[in-house]
Amino acid sequence: MAFEVPKTAYSGQIKEIKLGQGDKAVTVGGESSYPFYLFEGEMPHLPRIAMEVYDCPPEEWPEAALEPFAGVTDDPVAWAKKCLSDYGAEMICLQLLSTDPNGLDRGADEAAEVVKKVADAIDVPLIVWGTANHDKDTEVLRKVAELCQDKSLILGPVEEADHKKIGAAAIGYQHTVVASTPIDINLAKQLTILLGNLGVPDELIVMDPTVSGIGYGIEYCYSVMERMRMAALTQQDDKLQFPIICNIAKETWKTKEAKISEAEDPRMGDVKKRGILLEAMSAMAMLLAGGDVLIMRHPEAIKLVREMIAELTKA
Amino acid sequence: MPLTGIEIFKLLPKTNCGECGVPTCLAFAMKLASGKAELSACPHVTEEAKANLEEASAPPILPVTIGAGAAAPRVGGETVMFRHEKRFENPPALAILISDTMAEAEVKARLDKCRQLQYERVGLTLKPDLVALKADSGDARKFEALVNQAKGSGCPLILMSDHPDILAAGLKACADQKPLLYAATEGNIDRVAGLAKENSCPVAVKASGPEGLARLTEKLTAAGIRNIVLDSGARTVRQALEDQVIIRSAALNKKFRPLGFPTITFPAEMTDDPMKEAVIASMFIAKYAGIIVLSDFRGESLFPLLVERMNIFTDPQRPLATTEGIYEINNPTENSPVLITSNFSLTYFIVSGEIENSKVPSWLLVKDTEGLSVMTSWAAGKFSADIIAPFVKKCGIMDKVKHQKLVIPGYLAAESGGLEEELPGWEILVGPREGAHIPAYLKTWQS
Repeated sequence: MAFEVPKTAYSGQIKEIKLGQGDKAVTVGGESSYPFYLFEGEMPHLPRIAMEVYDCPPEEWPEAALEPFAGVTDDPVAWAKKCLSDYGAEMICLQLLSTDPNGLDRGADEAAEVVKKVADAIDVPLIVWGTANHDKDTEVLRKVAELCQDKSLILGPVEEADHKKIGAAAIGYQHTVVASTPIDINLAKQLTILLGNLGVPDELIVMDPTVSGIGYGIEYCYSVMERMRMAALTQQDDKLQFPIICNIAKETWKTKEAKISEAEDPRMGDVKKRGILLEAMSAMAMLLAGGDVLIMRHPEAIKLVREMIAELTKA
Repeated sequence: MPLTGIEIFKLLPKTNCGECGVPTCLAFAMKLASGKAELSACPHVTEEAKANLEEASAPPILPVTIGAGAAAPRVGGETVMFRHEKRFENPPALAILISDTMAEAEVKARLDKCRQLQYERVGLTLKPDLVALKADSGDARKFEALVNQAKGSGCPLILMSDHPDILAAGLKACADQKPLLYAATEGNIDRVAGLAKENSCPVAVKASGPEGLARLTEKLTAAGIRNIVLDSGARTVRQALEDQVIIRSAALNKKFRPLGFPTITFPAEMTDDPMKEAVIASMFIAKYAGIIVLSDFRGESLFPLLVERMNIFTDPQRPLATTEGIYEINNPTENSPVLITSNFSLTYFIVSGEIENSKVPSWLLVKDTEGLSVMTSWAAGKFSADIIAPFVKKCGIMDKVKHQKLVIPGYLAAESGGLEEELPGWEILVGPREGAHIPAYLKTWQS
């Protein structure tokens, strides 16, 4: 029997979305096949990695996660600059942890001022991520949108319950919206439709399926993302033809499996390497399922993932 | 692809002799098609018809058992390209590479790791599967010595050599264990195929690319050998991924039988960096590998790989459930809070994880809700006051705590009134809806 390479019948492609502005703007999306299936399609833009910065010093991080950022965790501007200069970050994601009503509950004005300082200090695209508390995110992200109106930020998470107000601010001040849904393909589609109805242009939308790491339900977001890509690329579902963003690092580093010491359980091996691998391998799964932007933390995990992207797309 | 009744009927004697216990061959054929009869019931079916029937009803990717006995993993047998289409059937086997140039102590240390690096997670044991013995020395006796050392390890074996003589020497020492013979190539296929057939061992085939593999497997199947594992020869990340995808797609979507076998992959041969090797292995777990050969087992990489494997190979229709009972977190005392949640494993992980993070000693009651989450089970009437109350009374928590306060999940707030009636004397506290809010909640809890 003669052998022919079997090829999938694709009928659509992912939209190309520009993030940020200026020289360091980044374009993602444009895929015309399943992730890395370059024998039957194209990836005109490679997946990108955004490095996390927190707007307040993190608590209870394992030592391995703190080590690369020693000395800067109390200053988001210094932290962001270190990501750029020391770790070659191509995007930054500022996590507005301080605004959590169950935590520091910092006010919108104060939080937005910090965002502006960081935005002014860097030239790469800036993702700004709230706490998924609808009332607080509405207040904070709208303030951020206004204060940084000329910065082409990427604002998230925008969920169905708060999409109108934050969406309106995004339209008004020209920021990208992260359409965030709870691991549900139908809700994902619904939210991009609602945003479209509101008047958010396609060029300002990316999707967040809500991710979790190995051991904590990664298979759910993995499959939702595969289904999204299947619908977008082979079932002409243009409401799902948007790039996907994965806020993965914070999920992997908070688990006990990232923290158990080798002394406590020798079978678990070296705690630093384990944390790095939990992050890198979870990110790898996201890439294989269709992630276009990965929000990551540890420079060594990032390096591993960047190498994989390069190898997977080498001519 | 299973045959229809009519297709089976065409292969039967069509005499309607009735000796199979069914009056007509057509009726028998229908029963066969629906799995309600065995072909062996017909005393008159020809050998050719038997072979045709077996061939046509074989799964598109053959399941292959590596080794013999209870610990022998089964790989292949896959039916879908995406786990959400149904499920992935057989998790890839993880193998540790041991060379016959390694010192005996090193070999022993590696064999010990196969037994020691096992982990419990929601009542399942996660562990690696195989030992791959490589004849690097080129010396048959050295290889045989290694096989003798390894064969008592309890892990089924892969014997790796380009030289049929050396392979044969190793095989002699462990033939009853039915090791995977690696590998038959264009240059040695007749001899290696002979070894596989004589000893009823599975055999790996190595070529450069799917087309080369197909030519070799056709030779093997013509010789009556079916337990085959495919090595496409790719050792770069991109080529390896593409080959895995192409092989599976050819087998499933094109019903291309010559590639209808599980694959073997070698992260061990793709990089010297153990961290990178682990990430490459994680790619193969998601993308279609049947066997994954690693240069070593280390806890920091093996554990994440085993959990990823468990996650990807979970049946989407039957998510994992945790055993019902009382779970102690952070060494609780008689004054520690008591919380209750559902037995959907993901819920259990998240809730128990957040309780651990809070550092507050607590008792977590896990109720069997048939593996459904809090919200789903409550909506289905499987997590209501009249179900929770008897469980609380019977599970023994009352012997462990002095207080009578129960924290229920936020999404079960509507049950608090009913629970107060069903559990007289108990104070019902409505906890947070989101796992992430548990630590803040627990810090304010008072007995």
